[in-house]
Amino acid sequence: MKAPAFDYVKPRTLSAVFELLASHGDEARLLAGGQTLLATLNMRLSEPALLIDINAIEALKGISVHGLVLRIGALTTHSEIEASALVAEHAPLLALAVPHIAHRAIRNLGTWGGSIAYADPAAEWPCCLAALDGVVLLRSASGERRVAARDFFLDLYTTALAEGELVVACELPLAPPDSVFRFDELARRHGDYAIVGLALAARRVPGGLADLRLSFLGLGTTPIRARRTEALFEHAPFSALRLGALMDALLDELQPLADLTNTAATKRHLAGVLTRRLLASALAA
Amino acid sequence: MDDKKTIQITVNGQSRRCEVAPRQHLVDFLREDLSLTGAHLGCEHGVCGACSVRLDGQVVRGCLMLAVQADGRTVETIEGLTERGNVRDLQQAFVARNALQCGYCTSGMLMAAAELLDSRPHASREEVRVWISGNYCRCTGYQAIVDAICDVLAERKLARQGASA
Repeated sequence: MKAPAFDYVKPRTLSAVFELLASHGDEARLLAGGQTLLATLNMRLSEPALLIDINAIEALKGISVHGLVLRIGALTTHSEIEASALVAEHAPLLALAVPHIAHRAIRNLGTWGGSIAYADPAAEWPCCLAALDGVVLLRSASGERRVAARDFFLDLYTTALAEGELVVACELPLAPPDSVFRFDELARRHGDYAIVGLALAARRVPGGLADLRLSFLGLGTTPIRARRTEALFEHAPFSALRLGALMDALLDELQPLADLTNTAATKRHLAGVLTRRLLASALAA
Repeated sequence: MDDKKTIQITVNGQSRRCEVAPRQHLVDFLREDLSLTGAHLGCEHGVCGACSVRLDGQVVRGCLMLAVQADGRTVETIEGLTERGNVRDLQQAFVARNALQCGYCTSGMLMAAAELLDSRPHASREEVRVWISGNYCRCTGYQAIVDAICDVLAERKLARQGASA
């Protein structure tokens, strides 16, 4: 199908974007990479009167280190993250996850900020942001605010973004040298939305893994952190001897939502399969 | 609303000034306004890959980009790539391996494979399969396409070794 008619503007400054958002309200949509938006326009699932193309705004681009955080600009493409030496060094979880995002042609245009703002519960970046306890930087005409990942993803496609506000960047804590990350997902075809995926973060310590974090995609209306299960290993590291306790807690904690082709029981089972695989791999590291 | 916008765009090496409606995506623009019908329109929502073209040297979905977004940028279609001759070995391998039947997916497959050959010259067969998973073919069952791409990877590797020997 063809998109309905709309108007298009490409402002040069953020203040111009805020003015356009203020005057057009819900009739306007921001256009970043467009890899979701253009599909929804073509299918007429979305019929905005105005597209505000933000790609001329240089302040939204680039990957950089600021003190103890890695900053990823909203307009950074998935391919740029894939090729980034800074990401490989300071946020290797993203480098592990990025090949799972759709296909090369999509990764060449799709953006980090678009994925965060769209907040698809089956997408890789919200899941990774949650695993890393990242922070979302939001800006509006009245200034900038910072929202932690756990407070940003509120419900299905619903975030803490307020009217007139946009995602300018995210900040991720720099990975310490003893950190270990794993990412995997189960999908029918490579690049499709996964049935379930898991981002694992931990620190390697004598006796096992400390600060274990388990963040799932595809299970609910937002990325799901298994916080009760993680808390079991707050004071003593996770080791292979405690795998049974972890799996019992996890399968009790996870309450997946079924989708069109997979029951909740299937999803819970597959989440367990992924968890065992990634834990074994992380312990062997 | 929907007033036409003027864009300046380089297509297959030729600079053009065109009027486009904001709602028109890049493939419709290339096919209908410029009569470049090599890129095909399949699903029109980014899944099938038949509309793949190059934007500033990188493969993109032509249906997930508006023509107006290509203002000031460089687009290359299969016609341009063919004319330059730098995928001739790939095209010949597709013929030799029967890697196409109806041909609808072929220009997109060639576009995707060309970027793989440039950016991942040491790709394994498994990596080739993963790479082209974003392009649908409803005729061949993919084996012949993977065979053709792997042939070219091997040939180019041999050619590089020959050149450096």
